[in-house]
Order: sequence, then structure tokens, then C-alpha cells
Amino acid sequence: MENTEKRRQELEKYFDAKGPFGLLRVSQMKRAWKQTNRRELNFWENTYLPMLFSGIYLTSKHFFYNVTFHILHLFGLRKDIKGAVTYQYPEMPRPLASRLRTRHRLTKREDGSPRCVACMMCETVCPARCIEITAAEHPDPNIEKYPAEFILDLGKCVYCGFCVEVCPEDAIRMDTGKLEIAEYSRESMIYNKKRLMDE
Amino acid sequence: MSDILIKFILSAGTLFIMFNIAGLLTWVERKQSAVMQDRIGANRASILGFKAMGMFHALADVMKMLSKEEFIPEGANSFLFNLAPYLSVTFALVGFAAIPIGGELILNGHSIQLQAANLNIALIFIFAAMSMGVYGVVLAGFSSNNNYAFLGGMRGAAQMIAYEITMGAAIMGVIMVFNTLDLQALDVAQGAYMFGGWLPKWGVFVQPIAFFLFLTAATAETKRTPFDLPEGESEIIGYFVEYSGMKFGMFFLADLVETVLVAALMTTLFFGGWQVPYLHADGFYFPWGAHIAMTNLPVVILGVLSFFVKVAFFIWVLMAVRWTLPRFRYDQLMNLGWKILLPISLINIAVTAIVITLLG
Repeated sequence: MENTEKRRQELEKYFDAKGPFGLLRVSQMKRAWKQTNRRELNFWENTYLPMLFSGIYLTSKHFFYNVTFHILHLFGLRKDIKGAVTYQYPEMPRPLASRLRTRHRLTKREDGSPRCVACMMCETVCPARCIEITAAEHPDPNIEKYPAEFILDLGKCVYCGFCVEVCPEDAIRMDTGKLEIAEYSRESMIYNKKRLMDE
Repeated sequence: MSDILIKFILSAGTLFIMFNIAGLLTWVERKQSAVMQDRIGANRASILGFKAMGMFHALADVMKMLSKEEFIPEGANSFLFNLAPYLSVTFALVGFAAIPIGGELILNGHSIQLQAANLNIALIFIFAAMSMGVYGVVLAGFSSNNNYAFLGGMRGAAQMIAYEITMGAAIMGVIMVFNTLDLQALDVAQGAYMFGGWLPKWGVFVQPIAFFLFLTAATAETKRTPFDLPEGESEIIGYFVEYSGMKFGMFFLADLVETVLVAALMTTLFFGGWQVPYLHADGFYFPWGAHIAMTNLPVVILGVLSFFVKVAFFIWVLMAVRWTLPRFRYDQLMNLGWKILLPISLINIAVTAIVITLLG
């Protein structure tokens, strides 16, 4: 703390005591630096021994705990306790949070047609401009419009979820749980209406 | 003729066992580090669907290294460049010749010491071999025509010289207590008992400080974390940066062989080698008076088993240290070696000498 005061006094010597624009005094400035007090290591700490043994104790504890359960698993016992935190990824995907934003899908009406009314809200709000809707007139006068084509370029999408938030009809959702979207060409990253509804 | 045959079988057997342990250590290292860090570790390589808990990764590694290009950098001294990995491996392996893996086996009236080379200066021989190991490091650094490799070699030389002295001074105490340089005789001498026959007279019980000094210095000799400044593969670039393929693999193997050698040395010097507590040449004599009679063969087999169990334990300890501690800074390394370990080892020698003289 003494050092902080000394530093402020030094600063006040070099800067205008009233601050750069007469608004702020140096002494009133919030500390922009954090002062850590480095402690001299004592004799025992300098021998490395206490930390060495506590470190070995910690890792050995993990080792013997995990080995015990790995061996029990070999005999089919205590499968409820895991010996490792690993998920064997391609075979055993991690459980996803229910709110996680994954690949989009277009929701359907009861007759199987898209709920989308081609209002262009999602296309407008999209920061990456990856949605392109071609609207067409719906035969049902109550619905007005429907998307003749709904193109979503996943190569451009930033997964912000604005399209889902902004949709008045709950027609687009990001809840497929599909994360592994890898393709060999840019063209196949472009999803049309059919793929968004069926895949 | 039969003597030569016996020696040949012994040395081939020792080489075979130690090489295989060192090869297995690549698996042990991966699995142990994984289990310590709550992971699973390598488990994908399979032969016909058998995975054997990932043991085939060692084979896969060897195949990868053998099929890689053997690159010799421009301007490198190709003779020394090729020689360096062989020096490293050879001198790491040669040390095993003098380590007794078992006691005296009596076969058809022949007395066979289970030790490839029955030297009366075995300890000096092993330390000479370990010191020669530094040539591999220095030559690799010098001949690569690479400044980073050169600096790595220099670091390696400085470190190995610093810790070799401590290591030599640490075992002086053991030599003084047991009064021999012959490792077989040393193991036999460790079969004595203290405190009314309860405590075996192992090196660790008569020289505990020397044991810890030796453990530290020997870890530094193996050039593994926390003392891996000569190597530091990923960050500070060590002496074998220019090596590729199986020559890199040989440096890697030399490290593991040295780990086994150090574990075997610690067993031999401080934990009675092949001694089993309370097991004498004709069976168990327990301090509470019980006696189990045994013939020569099971006694020797128990001894060999005990030796390898102890070696496995020390390999475990070295691995646990390697996966627990972070790397020392260079000045910390030198301070630890010259200012802490060396004085303690010298004091240990002096105190041991005084105590031995006083006890007569």
C-alpha cells in the first residue's frame, strides 16, 4: 500500500495536479495496475521439497483412484463411477445443452408444408447475409406468401441465432443437434428448402 | 565353453528384457500420464480388432519412425551425425551388463551369478557408461549444423556434468557402508539385518539422504522433465532437433533405457537388488522365529521377481515425477545441482565417514 501512495505522488509530480483536462486528479484516478506483493520464499520452499511432495501426492491420488476404477471396470464392477473424464468422441458424442445453437431446420405445418410465410425478417436480420428467400403467393388466402425457395449458406452462417429470435411464425429453429457440418465443397454447404426441412 | 554359453545367454537375456521394458515404457508413459490426468490415453491402434489397451501404439510408432525419411541437414558432419544416436543407445544399454538381476543359481553343481558381467568394479563401469552417454548428446548438438541443437547440446553437457558429480558423491556413502564396488557383493551385503533382525540393511535405510540425492541426480541424468532442458522438444528445442525417423526414435529410446537403468541402479544400490526381505539362501527366516525351507531354484526366482518388481516401482516413481513437476528454469537447475545437491552430498560423505569410524 505504501508503494501505491508513493507511485501516486510521483505521478502527481509529473502530471498536472488537476488532471489532463482539469476534470480528474491523479490522486482520484482508479488504480489501473494491480500490485502483487511477491513474497521471498523461505528455506523450506527453496528446497522444493514441500511442493514436490504435495504435487506427487495429488497426481498419485488421481492415479490410484482412477486405476482402481479402471481395474474394477475390467471385472464389470462399479460402472457407475468413471475412471476418466474422456468422451470417446466420434463414437460417444458429448451430451449437448438443450439451448445449444446447432444446425438450422425449417419447421413444418401439419400438412408437411413449411411454416415459413416468407416475411423476410430472418433474411433482413441476418448479420452474415446467409439467408436468401424467394417468396411466392400461397394458394390459401389466409397465408398470403410461402417460400418458393429458402437458401441458407452454412459456409457463411455465424450461428448467432438472430433468425430464430426474429421469426414470428416459429418457422426456423436451431435445435437439430447436428454439429458436424463438414463438406468437400462450398456448394454443398448451401442448404436449400428441401434439405433444411428433411435432413 | 559352457561358461561362454552361459554368459552369452545371460547377456542376451538381459538385453532382451531391458529392451522390451524400455519399449513397453512408451506405452506405460502414455497410459500412466493419461490415468494421472483423468484421461484414457492411446487406445486406437488395433491388430485384427485386438487393442490390448493401446499397447500396439508402440509398434505403430516404430513402423512410423522406420518408414520416415532419414534427413541429414546440409553442412552437417554426416559421420558424427549418424554416430550420435548409436552412442546414446549403446552406452545406455551397456550399463545393464553389470547389474545383477538375481542371486546365485546352482545348476547341475555349477554356480551361476545372474549378472551378465561379473565385474568387481561394476559400479565404476556403470558410471563410466552413463558418463559416456553425454557424448551422444554433445555430438548430436555439434554435428547438426544448427545453432539451436548446438545450444541444446551445451545445456545437456552442462547439466549432465553438474548432476553426475552429485550422483557419484551420493553413492560414495553406500560404497563406504558396504565396503565394495562389486554390485553382486553389494546386493549380498544388503541381505544383512539391523535392529534385531527386523529391518533389512538396505541402502535406503542406512543412507536415506544419499537415496534422495541419487533419485534427483539420476532423474536429471535421464534428461526427462523436470530436467529436460537439453531436449525440451516443443518449446526450447534440444540437441536432436535435426533428427528424423528412427534416429530420433533412438534418442527417444535412449531416454527410456536410461530410465530403466536408473531404476535398476536405485534398486540395486538402495533397495537390496534381488533381496527379498527375510529370504535367505535356504528359505525364509522370519524375525519372529518362523522358518519356511526352500530349495535354491525358487529362492532365485523369487529374487529375480523381487528385482523386477522393485524396478517397476521405481519406473513408476520416475514417471510420476516426470508427469507432475514442471521444468526447472536453467538457473534453478544449476543452483539446485551445484549449490544444494553437491554440498549436501559432500556433507553426507563426511558424516557417514565419521559415523563409520566411531562405530568401528
